[in-house]
Amino acid sequence: MEAQKKYYLQLADNALILSHRLSEYSSHGPFLEEDLANTNVALDLIGIAESILEQTAKIDGKGLTGDDLAYRRGEHEFYNCLLVEQPNTDFAFIMVRQFLTDAFHFYFYSELTKSKDKFLSAIAFKSLKEITYHLRRSSEWLIRLGDGTQLANDKTQHAVNTLWKYSNEFFTENEVDIEMKKSGVGVDLKEVKSLWSQKVNEIFFMAHLKIPENDFQLTGGKQGNHTEYMGYILTEMQFLPSKYPDAKW
Amino acid sequence: MEIVAPSTEQLLADFESKINAEIKIEPRDWMPEEYRQNLIRQMSQHAHSEVIGMQPEGNWITRAPSLRSKKILLAKIQDEGGHGLYLYSAAETLGVSREQFIQALHEGKAKYASVFNYPALNWADMGAIGWLVDGAAITNQVSLQRTSYGPYSRAMVKICKEESFHQRQGYEIMWRMMEGTKDQQQMAQDALNRWWWPALMMFGPHDSDSPHSTLAMKWKIKRESNDQLREKFINKTIPQAELIGLKVPDQNLQLLEDETYKHGDINWDEFWAVVKGNGPCNQQRLEHHIRAHKEGAWVRETAIASAKKHNI
Ligand SMILES: [Fe+2]
Ligand SMILES: [Fe+2]
Repeated sequence: MEAQKKYYLQLADNALILSHRLSEYSSHGPFLEEDLANTNVALDLIGIAESILEQTAKIDGKGLTGDDLAYRRGEHEFYNCLLVEQPNTDFAFIMVRQFLTDAFHFYFYSELTKSKDKFLSAIAFKSLKEITYHLRRSSEWLIRLGDGTQLANDKTQHAVNTLWKYSNEFFTENEVDIEMKKSGVGVDLKEVKSLWSQKVNEIFFMAHLKIPENDFQLTGGKQGNHTEYMGYILTEMQFLPSKYPDAKW
Repeated sequence: MEIVAPSTEQLLADFESKINAEIKIEPRDWMPEEYRQNLIRQMSQHAHSEVIGMQPEGNWITRAPSLRSKKILLAKIQDEGGHGLYLYSAAETLGVSREQFIQALHEGKAKYASVFNYPALNWADMGAIGWLVDGAAITNQVSLQRTSYGPYSRAMVKICKEESFHQRQGYEIMWRMMEGTKDQQQMAQDALNRWWWPALMMFGPHDSDSPHSTLAMKWKIKRESNDQLREKFINKTIPQAELIGLKVPDQNLQLLEDETYKHGDINWDEFWAVVKGNGPCNQQRLEHHIRAHKEGAWVRETAIASAKKHNI
């Protein structure tokens, strides 16, 4: 039960926190169409997070709601990977973060459609249509950024160099991942990783981007140990429910 | 047979007879230059308003207090941006490009609705904006569905459907807050106090002081006068406020015998100050738009460069 709940939260929190970062970017886009496309992805992701959080609250059986899980958990109880909480430094950072996550989501949810857990396979199936679009969009953008002007290539390579160290956490198995894989609920992250690497290599090749030679990696999010950014995200996101705990919105 | 180009008088007479017969003017039709200029001004102002209007609401997305309210707010802001896109395209049929419209905005030559120069200070503002600002906008736009320029009229039909949805969502936020704790009720009343007068000002000066109105009414760009529309809005909105226990901040408000309302004096000094750029957020809103546009330049450039390489 606890493992299942934590597995659900890992999925939901990646979607929730990335959606939050994207929502910060509203009215900041390079042109109107892209501003709206960005909000669109934020909406898809919060939709996925909401479904999973509501189901988590239900199986938890303590009378909590999806909102309670989003707005009343502490930082250590969030299990998203470190990559999705990284800030919107510029459009290149946003797109590199998005591409690395979209590619993970795509192969992860593709595998998850085969889950023995009816809810997870259903949500995976339902979300794949949106995620397929996300991945196509961010792949195309990566190529535009990497294979357009020199300035854009430099900025995007810089984003890759900065963000790469958070990219392997998606595939770093913890106890919950192992247990869920064994019971046929979860997916095999090794398989997801090899498909992901193939996709990343393909797009990086087309975009003239390089994987950094220094391949050191940081992890911790999946255990509730986050970067300094996370506290600010939650402070803002949870401000109203924290300040007015009795209010219903 | 000799073909003689029709005289300007003849063209104008044809144009006006179309207007009188309620036949829409289309982009390829002849139109007086003043009509074109009037539309360029009004449609681009409308498009800019949709886009700048994303900012005050955007100020609360990251603090939306529930998953549902965050989704609704994101979707609403996205709708407004969509309206902006749609209106820019409709306005481009008059021979001005989006880049030119944006430049005019940045140079302060084009305006946007002054109401977005007020700050969004608490969560109930998301309710008040939807309920009052979108509410006032619909009152105006329902009337504009019958405007004489075809592309503008069609844009309004499409946009009105979403605007009335926004208005209901805004009212729902206010209603929920009035059902809630004391703090929430105070936030709701505070938001109404701050947005009521700016919403009334959205209809523009009194008919007697409205510089662009006469010709616009004659050529049916505008179908109802500022004061007529303002009255409609007030009569629709005050009962909605009372229903949920909110008090409209107008001490001189009168209920007339025919069940309509007469509002107290509008502070036109404030109105003109904000129009001229001296509102609480004019500088902030415009500078934000300019900054985002500037910061996006390298992205637009690389997109063009890449499209050229790949012949897209
Ligand atoms: Fe709109
Ligand atoms: Fe609206």
